[in-house]
Amino acid sequence: MNIVDLMPFSVLVPLIASAIVALLPGRTLPWAVTFLAALISAIIAALTLPAATEVTLSYPFGNWPPPIGIEYRVDAANAFVALLVSSMASLALLWARTSVNREVPRRQGPFYALFLLALAGLLGITMTGDAFNVFVFLEISSLATYALVAYGSDRRALLAAFRYLIMGTIGATFLLIGIAFLYMMTGTLNMADMAERLPEVRDTRAVRAALAFIIVGLGLKLALLPLHLWLPNAYAYAPNFVTVFLAGTATKVALYVMLRFIFTVFAPDYSFVVLPLATVLMVLAVAGMFAGSWVAMFQVHLKRMLAYSSVAQVGYMVLGVSLVTTAGLTAAFLHLFNHALIKTALFMAIGTVMYQTNSIKIDDLRGLGRQMPWTMTAFALAGLSIIGVPTTAGFISKWYLILAAIDVQAWWLVGLIVLTSMMAVVYIWRVVEAAWMTKRPADLPTVREAPLSLLLPTWLLVALNFYFGLDTRLTVGAASAAADVMLGAGLGGAAP
Amino acid sequence: MNLLALLPNIGLIGVVLLPFLGAVAIALAAARPGLRNALCWVSSVAFLLAVLGQVAPFLDGESSRQVVWQLLPELTIAFRLEPLGLIFLLLSSSLWLLATPYAIGYMAHGGYTNLGRFFACYAIALGAAAGIAVSDNLLTMFVFYEILSVSTYPLVAHTGTSKARRGARAYIALLLLTSICFWLPAMIWVWASTGSLDFVAGGILQGQVSTTAAGWMLVLFMFGTGKAALMPFHRWLPAAMVAPTPVSALLHAVAVVKAGVFVVLKLALYVFGIDFLREIAFSDFVLYVAAFTMLTASLIAMNQDNLKARLAYSTVSQLSYIVVGAMLASQLAAIGAGMHMVMHGYGKITLFFCAGAIYLASKKTLVSELDGLGRRMPFTMGAFLLGALCVIGIPPLGGLWSKWHLVTGAFDAGHGLILAAFLISTLLNIAYLLPPVLRAFLKPLPAGESGGIKEAPWICVVPLTLTAAGAVMLFFFAGLPFGLMEAVFE
Repeated sequence: MNIVDLMPFSVLVPLIASAIVALLPGRTLPWAVTFLAALISAIIAALTLPAATEVTLSYPFGNWPPPIGIEYRVDAANAFVALLVSSMASLALLWARTSVNREVPRRQGPFYALFLLALAGLLGITMTGDAFNVFVFLEISSLATYALVAYGSDRRALLAAFRYLIMGTIGATFLLIGIAFLYMMTGTLNMADMAERLPEVRDTRAVRAALAFIIVGLGLKLALLPLHLWLPNAYAYAPNFVTVFLAGTATKVALYVMLRFIFTVFAPDYSFVVLPLATVLMVLAVAGMFAGSWVAMFQVHLKRMLAYSSVAQVGYMVLGVSLVTTAGLTAAFLHLFNHALIKTALFMAIGTVMYQTNSIKIDDLRGLGRQMPWTMTAFALAGLSIIGVPTTAGFISKWYLILAAIDVQAWWLVGLIVLTSMMAVVYIWRVVEAAWMTKRPADLPTVREAPLSLLLPTWLLVALNFYFGLDTRLTVGAASAAADVMLGAGLGGAAP
Repeated sequence: MNLLALLPNIGLIGVVLLPFLGAVAIALAAARPGLRNALCWVSSVAFLLAVLGQVAPFLDGESSRQVVWQLLPELTIAFRLEPLGLIFLLLSSSLWLLATPYAIGYMAHGGYTNLGRFFACYAIALGAAAGIAVSDNLLTMFVFYEILSVSTYPLVAHTGTSKARRGARAYIALLLLTSICFWLPAMIWVWASTGSLDFVAGGILQGQVSTTAAGWMLVLFMFGTGKAALMPFHRWLPAAMVAPTPVSALLHAVAVVKAGVFVVLKLALYVFGIDFLREIAFSDFVLYVAAFTMLTASLIAMNQDNLKARLAYSTVSQLSYIVVGAMLASQLAAIGAGMHMVMHGYGKITLFFCAGAIYLASKKTLVSELDGLGRRMPFTMGAFLLGALCVIGIPPLGGLWSKWHLVTGAFDAGHGLILAAFLISTLLNIAYLLPPVLRAFLKPLPAGESGGIKEAPWICVVPLTLTAAGAVMLFFFAGLPFGLMEAVFE
């Protein structure tokens, strides 16, 4: 079986497994099967990446040759994202078991089935070469995610899920309208085919409208300011495991699809010319960086704090994109990967705190550094990474982002990037100070260190943050290959 | 020198790692005070021996570059020993050894708790300083610079009172702000324009960037090196005085602040290069900011009644001597600046040790309370006098030689104004450092206080007499740092 035939199973295994898991009784079995499915998916994605970096892989479903049938088309860019999504899912699952047992005490089959659906959806979006397929998978993952968020034990989770549902549906509808316009004008749904046919109709209002609709629709999914309103509550009230998973994957995939449309389907010399896209993205990115970090500095609820920090970090990625240079795109892809590592580690640490103390208000963390030293140290170390301290993954992102900004002589951007990094120092430092530099008030309960089943995965993520801060061959190599693909031949390139 | 050759050479990585390993051991032994103190001793002695073990291979020219890790192509974490770094290593390792008994005695007699964390962070700070001293490129320097900032935060906030926390917050905020907002972009800029971050004697920027661009880099670097305490980013140093005195003495008179000026010197000599520094657009601007800091901080110091605050502002002022020396772009001034690191280090640590001893023995913290204290604490106040004379630069103390070369350097470079600033500043040094001694020896004890000798515990007094003796010795053996500094230019 060669790699091209194997590749679709990265999506199919979770999809099929979800049907099985939904029927499984009890708690251990569903988790085990889910983990196995995610792991297989990650292994396949890992095998795909080197092959896809060399040549673009194409798999026609049902042997219907594209553009008639649906095609999976994988190059350096989406192989990288697929690997990220599936491996983050596997890592999150390691952490999930203890946490989910607490938060979903009932039969867990349906819960994990939804999770697998969400995962399959995200992977499907990433790997497919068909525009309508993107929409279908987006809906699959979104619907599953709404339900997962609603699993949260806090009653506000229902409202958060509902809000997410409304906003998410608007976003998906916009995307669908955009794709419909494109289909109307080109008569094809295959993205590579679309890219070839678009130049003939490029100067029509419908195509311009399609671009705008798609960007707004995906902007909602991406939580790009000011379309981020669903995110803080959804992250804050979802079960911790769901937050951990979403923080590392969902927005990343949305960013990838947006890039795919902007750069490959429309081509940069179109999308950045007919719309003032570079300016719009840059302004929104900077606004997101600032507003997100600013609000995060004053959050009392730590999951909300990290959620707002995510809004800011999405800003960094979009900023890289808005420069429209190879360096900028490399920085965006790098941060896409690194931020997934950072945020997952941070949410795991905070989730562990919540597991032990049943609270994540910053005031309830006072003096916790002595009672849960390992958890809080993990948080602090992952915090270093989000600040961008050297030897962490976050530093590599910042390095490339600043380098990209210097490259285009955008000095003010350099200033803004470092300034928002300082804001990250503030919101991380608040927690560190509360945990270590304050005495634990007498009225707060004494807690013990968390169980190893939560600690070990958290520390694994922290270790990965440092590993990818030191060994950058995989990340930088894959990110620059992805950036080349986006700016270069793209989907129109040769396929075997 | 033959004896030095007998010491094992554990490599630069070993030298840097040693204090970190010591910190781990100390932290593990936190619950057992005896073992913990023993480990403090072992770490500092081993560190000094390890540093001395580097001297012989260095003199033989056998000391080579060690690459620890490659982050990106051409972007490495690497160590290399050069003369300036050796000076800094010798300074910090010798003073750590002397500060160890002082810190153990001070913390025990002062009734402080949580000493495992304290001594572990103390050791980490020294390791970070060693890392800065032997770093071979800007990135390595930046890594250890930040480790130094972060590891000293718990030391400043040690008592955990709200005052200590406020001070520590100002401390870490200013240090991180300057390094991340100015230093980091400047470093990436250098990388973007030259493709290299390595330290090369004579500089790497000449011919690679325009003089205007280099001017901006210089401004970013100099203000980004917050630890060198150029105004207006000097507030962290007075804020750090809430820390227990051993921290103020070893870290905020030696390791941390000397790391700052070491970075400045290293940038001037190994990144910009003296020849290029002269051509750079606004190097004079930085020069005059440093001169302004030198004078203003002295004036502020005169008005501080709190002894430690006065010493802190004095440090701000003295650090600017070194920055001025680096910015004068003259070989003599740079030599003077390098020597002043050592001279001021020995002088100022003595002064801080004395301030701590005074506090231990009599709970006095204000200059105005020192009347007649020389009669009760003759050793301490005697050492204080020597330390003060060393900082002022009066023979027979080492401070003379560094100031001598700085002044000659200013003359050499034709900067008349700077020359005048040096002279005025020396007068101001006298005006704020001698009054405490004069009060102690010439004024009578306040009514109600009994006479008779009441020194601090001997474990604190012995180190401060030793550092004072060291300051005197440096007058006679100034050739050692001079020779090393001269080697920078070969």
